[in-house]
Order: sequence, then C-alpha cells, then structure tokens
Amino acid sequence: MDLNNYSSTGFYDELVTEAGRPRAAARAVWKYLKSLDQDELNERKAACEIAALVAGITFRVYFEDTGIDRAMPFDLIPRVIPKKEWDQVSAGLEQRVRALNLFIDDLYNDQQIVKDGVFPAELLKDSENFRKQCQGFSPPLGIWAHICGTDLVRDDRGELLVLEDNLRIPSGVSYMLENRQVMKRVFPELFDDSGIQPVDEYPAQLFDTLASLSPRPLEHPNVVVLTPGVFNSAYFEHAYLAQMMGVELVEGRDLIVDDQDQVHMQTIAGLERVDVIYRRIDDAFLDPEVFRKDSLLGVPGLMRAWRAGNVALANAPGAGVADDKVVYAYVPEIIEYYLNEKPGIGNVPTWKCGNPDERAYVLEHLDELVVKPANESGGYGMLIGPHSTKKEQQKFARLIKDDPRNYIAQPTLAISTSPTYIQGGVAPRHVDLRPFILSGLQTHVTTGGLTRVAMKAGSLVVNSSQGGGSKDTWIVDTQPSSER
Amino acid sequence: MLSRLAENIYWHGRYLERAEGLARLINVNANLNLDLPGKLAPGWDPLIRITGHSEQFAELYGDELNERQVVKFLMADERNHGSIKSSLEMARENMRSARDLLPREVWEQMNTLYLDASDQFKGQLSKRKRHEWLNHMILDCQRIAGMLMGTMSQDYAYDFILIGRYLERADMTTRIIDVRADDLLPEELEELPPFESIQWMSVLKSLSAYQMYRRHVRVRVSGPAVLAFLLKDSQFPRSVLFCLQALESRLNALPGDDDQALRHVVQLMRQVNQAPSTKLKDQPLSEFMDDLQIELAEVGRLISQTWFPAP
Repeated sequence: MDLNNYSSTGFYDELVTEAGRPRAAARAVWKYLKSLDQDELNERKAACEIAALVAGITFRVYFEDTGIDRAMPFDLIPRVIPKKEWDQVSAGLEQRVRALNLFIDDLYNDQQIVKDGVFPAELLKDSENFRKQCQGFSPPLGIWAHICGTDLVRDDRGELLVLEDNLRIPSGVSYMLENRQVMKRVFPELFDDSGIQPVDEYPAQLFDTLASLSPRPLEHPNVVVLTPGVFNSAYFEHAYLAQMMGVELVEGRDLIVDDQDQVHMQTIAGLERVDVIYRRIDDAFLDPEVFRKDSLLGVPGLMRAWRAGNVALANAPGAGVADDKVVYAYVPEIIEYYLNEKPGIGNVPTWKCGNPDERAYVLEHLDELVVKPANESGGYGMLIGPHSTKKEQQKFARLIKDDPRNYIAQPTLAISTSPTYIQGGVAPRHVDLRPFILSGLQTHVTTGGLTRVAMKAGSLVVNSSQGGGSKDTWIVDTQPSSER
Repeated sequence: MLSRLAENIYWHGRYLERAEGLARLINVNANLNLDLPGKLAPGWDPLIRITGHSEQFAELYGDELNERQVVKFLMADERNHGSIKSSLEMARENMRSARDLLPREVWEQMNTLYLDASDQFKGQLSKRKRHEWLNHMILDCQRIAGMLMGTMSQDYAYDFILIGRYLERADMTTRIIDVRADDLLPEELEELPPFESIQWMSVLKSLSAYQMYRRHVRVRVSGPAVLAFLLKDSQFPRSVLFCLQALESRLNALPGDDDQALRHVVQLMRQVNQAPSTKLKDQPLSEFMDDLQIELAEVGRLISQTWFPAP
C-alpha cells in the first residue's frame, strides 16, 4: 500500500502526524499496511467484504415494499487510539453518565437543580422528552440511562470532545463487535502481541447490567430484548444482541401485563414471567395505555408494571429528557453540581443564547457559527454560518432574540480524519466515535467503540442511512509487553 | 420458546409443503390429461374443486374453465392465497421472522427458491417448461427439508416445522387421491381396466410413490391397492397414516398438559387404519377424503389453540 504521499491538510489525523509519520500507537499497523502489495491488498479487501457479508453485517434499507439487506461499507484500515488516552476518556464518560443519571432522577423527583438555579425551569417546561408519567418515581439503583451511546469527535488540536449523548435507544454496538471479528479473520498477524485491547466482553457485560436490574433476586432472571420487528432498520442488531446474550427476542404482541401488574411472555409452555426488558422501541410506542394510543408495537400496561416495580425497563422511559441540545450545553454544570468534580471529558464549545453575554457573542458571529434549536418542532432547522446567506442570518438573529433559551451555538468543527481505503488508494476521511457506557450495579465503557466514517471526500455525514461506513477501533497499549 | 416464533415456523412448514403439494397436483392432472383419450380426460375443473376454490375462481375468471386459466390461478395468481406463488411467499415471510432459529443456509435456500419462482411467474410458461419447472421446484422444497434434517438441532422449532409439514402433507395426499376420485370413468365403458391402471399410476408417480409401491405392494396397480397404500402404508412418507404417525410422535414431544391435538390425531389414525379398501369402493371416495380433510383441519385448530394462543 502506498502510504508515502498520504496527508490530511488542515485536520488532525488519527493515524498520521503533520510530518507524515505514523503516531506511536499506529506504527505497527502502518508498517504492516505499507508492506502489502496491490494484489495482497485486493485480496484482503475482498476477504473483508465476504467476511462481513457472511457475518451478516447488513443494514436494512427499504426498497419498494421489499426489505433487502445491504452490507454497511466497512473500511479495512483501523482507527487507532492509545490506551493511555482512552483510559482518561473512559473515566470521563463514566463520570458524565453518572451525573446525567443523577440529573434525570432529580428532574423526575425533587428538581433540586432547578430550585438551586443551576438549570432553568423554562427549559424543563419546553422539553419534548420530559415524560410527566415518570414523575415521582425512581427506578432500581436510581439509574435511568443504562445503555448510553455518546458521540465523540476530535477537534483540530487533537482533543476528543463530546458531540452528543444518546440516552434513549442508541444503536451500533453490533457493528463494533462484528468489525472486530472481521479484522481478526482477515488480519490475524496484526493481533499477535500488538497490544490491541479486546472488545468482546460487551454482550456479557450488557447481560450482567440488565440482570442487575431484576426486581426478583434470581440467579437467572428472565431478560428479553423487545424489538419493533423485522422491518426495523436496527433489527439485525436486536437479533444479534439477543443471540449473543442468549435471551429471547420478543415483540410487543408476545407480552402481556396481568392484573397483578406483572409482565409475561407467551411461550409454547404457557406464560412465563419477564423481569427485565431491554427495549429497542421509542417511549412513544411503549405502552398505548399511557403514550400513543395507536401503537401496535408496545404492550398495554407496561408502564403500570414498571411503576409497580415488577419489571425493569432499560433504558427507563423518560431518560431522553437529558439528551436534547440545550441540556447538552449544561452538562459541564450538571457534572459539577452533582459530583463536585471537573468534567473529565469536555463538550464542544457551546454558547447558550439564554445567557446575555453569550447571546451577544453569537449574534455578532452568526456567519461563523452553527446555531441549533433545542426544540426542533419549530421547523426552522439549524443555521450553518459559513454556508448561510445574510438573509438566513437575519432570520436566525430574530429567532434567537424572540426565544433565546431555545438556541445554542457551536463553532464549525474541523473534525479529525483517518486514512481510509478508497478506489485508487488511501485518502483522509472524517470520522467520529460512539462508545457505549453501561450503568447497572457496575459501570462499563466499551473498549473504544464504533468508529463511523464519512466515505465521501470532505463529507461530515457519517450516518449509515446516508452511506456512512465504519472501521474497527483499536485501543492499543504501546508499552512493551514485558511491562504490560 | 415463544409461541409467535413457534407459530411462524409451523406455518413455514405448512406453506412450503403446500407449494410442493400443489406442484404435484398440477403435474398429476397434466399427466392424466396426456394419458387418457379425449373424452375420458379429466380436464382441469377437478383441480379447482379439489383445492376448494370453486367460488373464488368463478368470481375471478367467470364460468370458462381452461387449462391456461386454471394453471395460472393455482400457480401464479396472487389473489389466490392458496396459489404456489402465495404459498412460497408466506413460507418465506414466516421463515424470515424466525430465521435465527434455523441454519443460515436454509434461509438462503428459501430466498433463492422464492426469487426463482417470482422470476418464473412473470412470464407465460409453456407446457413443457411448466412441467420442468414444477419438478425443479419440488426438488428445491426437498432440498430445504434435507438441509433442515441434516443441519438443524432437533429442538422444538424443528418439531413445529415437521408438525406443519406433515399436517399439510396428509391433507395434500387426500386431495391428490381425490383427483382420481371424481368418478371419471363411466363403468360401462369397455376399456376400463387398462385406463384405470394408468390413472392410478399417474397418481402414484405424482407422489413419487410408484417405485415404493412396486417394491412393497407387489401386486398390479389397481384402485383398491393404491388407495390402501396411499392411506395406510406405515412406511411410505407421503401416505396419510405415515403423516399421522409423524404428527403423533412430534406432538408427544411438545411441552404442556393439553393433549387434545394428540388425542385427535390418534383417533384419526384409527379411522384411517380401519377403513377397509373394499368399503372405500362403496362410499364415494371424495366424501371420505372430504371427511379426512375436515378432521385434519380440526387438528390444526387444536394445535393453534394449545401452543399459539394470543397472550
């Protein structure tokens, strides 16, 4: 592979320094990739594709009425992060999710943070994801977001920052697990004593996390994964996780809540009590008695059973209150308020327009900033400063002045790139990273996470529904093995 | 095991067997039409009656019954939920929801079969091509059954596939026998014996039963002997009794205290066993087959009630 001419001008590159040399943790893989000739490369590339297909890494897209399976693009060049850095990030993520869970629990109960004037009451009032049905309740262990997927980006100074938290039903972890399987199969020589940390513990940790929430103190509580069904775009992942954990994959119509407010599933041997539901259905569809009446995906009475403490739901309904854009802007304050600690991992710089000084700055720099509404139901979308017209800027200036608390602004980010194998060679492509944080009796952070890559030159869109691909993510211990 | 998945996989078994049975039914009728002199040939009307579609067919195609229409209706018409096309589609959709229970290759094979069929049904099939394709499809169905047998753990999921398959097969065998039962040959005709034998040979061949019949029955092909073989042989896997035996053993393996379905099957076995082939001659054959079909439908109802209740 010809890597001598690789450069990523203007951006921090995950694998290569500005001088064009591999970073310490990436040296081994760089040297190895360089040693492959074109034939070997093509062979590996083909092997990757076959392995991915065989493993069933597919992303369902709709084609007329027929669901067809399309492979999600997979890039064979891994993204590498030194273990030392990851340990810090990982601690920062644990801290962040701990604080967010305390915050959610507080919001649905005493609202002390509002009373203390740290989080504005108005924001809570306008929140789309605040579920009044959850008020006055606290789930087992006080944890609401048991599975969190936090999106990270690296800025031009090389610092990993949080772009957003996904506290509802984050997906993608199955790709992280499968990508590693593919890499081990295609590049076994790279895994010999190169300090790459394993990722395979996730399904076991997920099961332990879920089992720790069981209302019945059983050694083997009945855990199930609740899916909307085969036509859901993430069905592959639902089936995959259920299989890896060895639990049933159920749909709403398999479950029933009895008059004791207990949940059961219908099996060929009769009704069987369910203790923990890892639900991959949105709040709105969860229980037609409480949320959307027309939902056929949910289970009537599920909220009753949950509030009675007879079943655990992960994530808890209402956890999404803490992942909207304005709450995001307050996370550093939230961490300090509940934990009395400095954030271990920072936010992307964010100006809150509700604050007069910050608003003044935003209004002066509309042509440079990205402006986002917290509550997107207004339908005005975002303003991307550098690509906007004067007229659009004027419109947003007016919107901000009318309802300042609903807006935040961020700089346009120069997010990092990573070398990516494309037609005709290797080129820099923008990447993000989604680690998953599990919170139960114990807390676990995935080793790395899912690296998503925008396959088009210059593009920042990494979503799989829009042609984004993924890479294996290596957390590498660079210390010599004798010291490990 | 979730009831929903058990139900899916049971229906997969039924629909796939139904598609195969229909292919065999069309083939036997086509053969009879080729073998018999004009006025004795059954034509295509009996197939519509035997598959229980008289009303829907009249609605869609009017009174005129010809080969092209009947074959299209039974093979490729999506409006007919019992056509080969609809059956393959349902076999596939039911398998899709339960695919994690099955070896992956089986799902791929099911997909291939469905996609092949969709291609075939797009155009008009000549008689020669039709016969070739139906035989090909029968082999594909057999391949899926073979893959399941060779690679799937014999767990509850497997039991439910077999239960669906054998229930449907017993039903289909009674219908195929019925093709002959339509009292096609007026008794006063002189050439009765040779043609009667030809007709029953066609029935046997359509069930891939001719060779086994010759080996095990060892008498010339005649109505009563063939009937007895197809109803009561305990070793030939498409005979009604064999299917009932298979049902009995699989139902026995399932969990639960409710044995209504099982008892019904056992009673049905007795009924089939006791039917003397001479008496079959007295009672109109098609009436006897209709009775069996009603009893088999009752077994199906009891199975659903016992293992697939809505929660």
